[in-house]
Amino acid sequence: MSILINKDTKVITQGITGKTGQFHTEKCQEYANGKNCFVAGVNPKKAGEKIFDIPIYASVKEAAAETGATVSVIYVPPAGAADAIWEACEADLDLAICITEGIPVRDMLVVRNKMKQKVAKGGKETLLLGPNCPGLITPDEIKIGIMPGHIHRKGRIGVVSRSGTLTYEAVAQLTEIGLGQSSAVGIGGDPINGLKHIDVMRMFNDDPDTDAVIMIGEIGGPDEAEAAQWCKANMKKPIVGFIAGVTAPAGKRMGHAGALISGGADTADAKLAIMEECGFTVTRNPSEMAKLLKAML
Amino acid sequence: MKIHEYQAKELLRKYGVVTPRGFHTVSVDGAVKAAEELGGKVWVVKAQIHAGGRGKGGGVKLARSLDEVRQYANDILGMQLITHQTGPEGQKVRNLLIEEGADIKKEYYVAALTDRATQKVAIMASSEGGMDIEEVAHSTPEKILKEFVDPLVGLTDAQAENLARGIGVPEASVAKAVDTLKRLYTCYMETDASLAEINPLILEGNGNIKALDAKFNFDSNALYRHPEIVDFRDFDEEDADEIEASKFDLAYISLDGNIGCLVNGAGLAMATMDTIKLFGAEPANFLDVGGGATTEKVTEAFKIMLKNPKVKGILVNIFGGIMKCDTIATGVVAAAKEVNLSVPLVVRMKGTNEDLGKKILAESGLPIISADTMAEAATKIVAAVK
Repeated sequence: MSILINKDTKVITQGITGKTGQFHTEKCQEYANGKNCFVAGVNPKKAGEKIFDIPIYASVKEAAAETGATVSVIYVPPAGAADAIWEACEADLDLAICITEGIPVRDMLVVRNKMKQKVAKGGKETLLLGPNCPGLITPDEIKIGIMPGHIHRKGRIGVVSRSGTLTYEAVAQLTEIGLGQSSAVGIGGDPINGLKHIDVMRMFNDDPDTDAVIMIGEIGGPDEAEAAQWCKANMKKPIVGFIAGVTAPAGKRMGHAGALISGGADTADAKLAIMEECGFTVTRNPSEMAKLLKAML
Repeated sequence: MKIHEYQAKELLRKYGVVTPRGFHTVSVDGAVKAAEELGGKVWVVKAQIHAGGRGKGGGVKLARSLDEVRQYANDILGMQLITHQTGPEGQKVRNLLIEEGADIKKEYYVAALTDRATQKVAIMASSEGGMDIEEVAHSTPEKILKEFVDPLVGLTDAQAENLARGIGVPEASVAKAVDTLKRLYTCYMETDASLAEINPLILEGNGNIKALDAKFNFDSNALYRHPEIVDFRDFDEEDADEIEASKFDLAYISLDGNIGCLVNGAGLAMATMDTIKLFGAEPANFLDVGGGATTEKVTEAFKIMLKNPKVKGILVNIFGGIMKCDTIATGVVAAAKEVNLSVPLVVRMKGTNEDLGKKILAESGLPIISADTMAEAATKIVAAVK
């Protein structure tokens, strides 16, 4: 098993005809069972056409109805990305994964509140991963997103992170010392996003095929601390934690829109302290994440 | 993106928030002329820089005659204004705001910002206006009130009234305070601000509510739909190297150490900086070359890092995913040759086509030190600069 996706997941690609969407759809198709997983694309102007043998539909709703797909991945440019998320939500998909970087925060605020309102009124909940994230992968089964597939290996360690390249770093370290991954999840670097550390930790805790987790965070926001408190009370599996940005100055946006220290509680030191207090094995040396985890198994 | 106080007030006025009358100027004569135009007997001469704490640093003066206006404008224009937000070197004052005096009966604090945890807009208010709000949050957090606004609904009358009464606005002025809060919220949303702060918001003797100082930050992801706000950008207030880097789509931030770093990905870039510190040195910069680094981008990145005279060594840390290691290696070699690199260079490459990349570096004839892990790379660059 794994979390969120597996070899039988059927995926719609929103923004499949753009340069980024095309490039990554091809890579995702080539990975493991990808040929059978990526079943539809969406572009109202190109409905009826095909790209890499994938049929293009006019809307997400139509694509889902025709193919039975339950997940979508979004490469739509920033100005239209929030609308694309909402379209996936209105089509009652299980999960929308938004890769797009640079979406205005106000657009995300509005769409997140629309999503919550829909659920409050009794509508189906569509989970959102991202935006500004690499996506997620269940090794040897399915890859949805922009991560390099070949560094992964099937196994029993979960990885969750706000940063793409730091996720790859953790995965490569694990693979190198012989530990495979159950799923690796990038939740994204934006301040207003969908699934947070706490949500993914909960899924890893419930997943019988995950034995331990590497949780990676960074400066800015309350999410890592919130997840740590939850783990202290509920998590049954060992966790290695790392927070990037000990050397980041306050008030500066460090690349990611959400990586900005704005108070006392969202510095790397403060988060590391809370995680340690909550029973994580924390490290300040990102080169030893996998080594530390192996020692705990 | 940050803007000046006089620009923030211009924006607030556009949304119907009352501010003192005032004029922006860049000269001493202009300051006197502004005061004459405003009339009255009291004027405030305010330094305009993108940092708070200007009053404490001597950048805000109350003038009781036109001669004093001239004298203060002369003192403040061109000074290096040092505040707790500028760093020890301070920021040169190039702009002034000349304003009419205000009859301050009481000072409040109000602000709008995006709350990550609730995914709503937080409207904050405090009776402790005119002070550093972080200090208030630390020592008397109960004096900061918050209402969380659903962007699908907007700030309701009930919420705004709670805030106004909660911070002690007298009953006769509550309606005016509510109006100001609602206008502040609308301005915050429509301009895609990430922070809109009025500190202090004042109650005047006649019961009016006015914004005496204002600070705005804007979401840079949304600037494309606000050309009128982009026009407010003041390049003099920003780091020249950061501006240069942004032209090449590089995320760059100057820091105080002596080891330059070039990394792909924001998280990995921070982790690399942290590793340098862990092994006994300090990073000279944050630099994320992003996902699609070309030879040109890498060369520009090297040039920007090397402009900093403190840089005694460079660490390149690349995780090749979609971007292949051999592409980056070619870029690094070309860049090092073009800039005649004279400081030690450690390169750590991992991921797609790692071996090819390493081969290109080894055969380049350049004295590039190779490393397998971030920790090894940091150890090697720290040793090389000592």
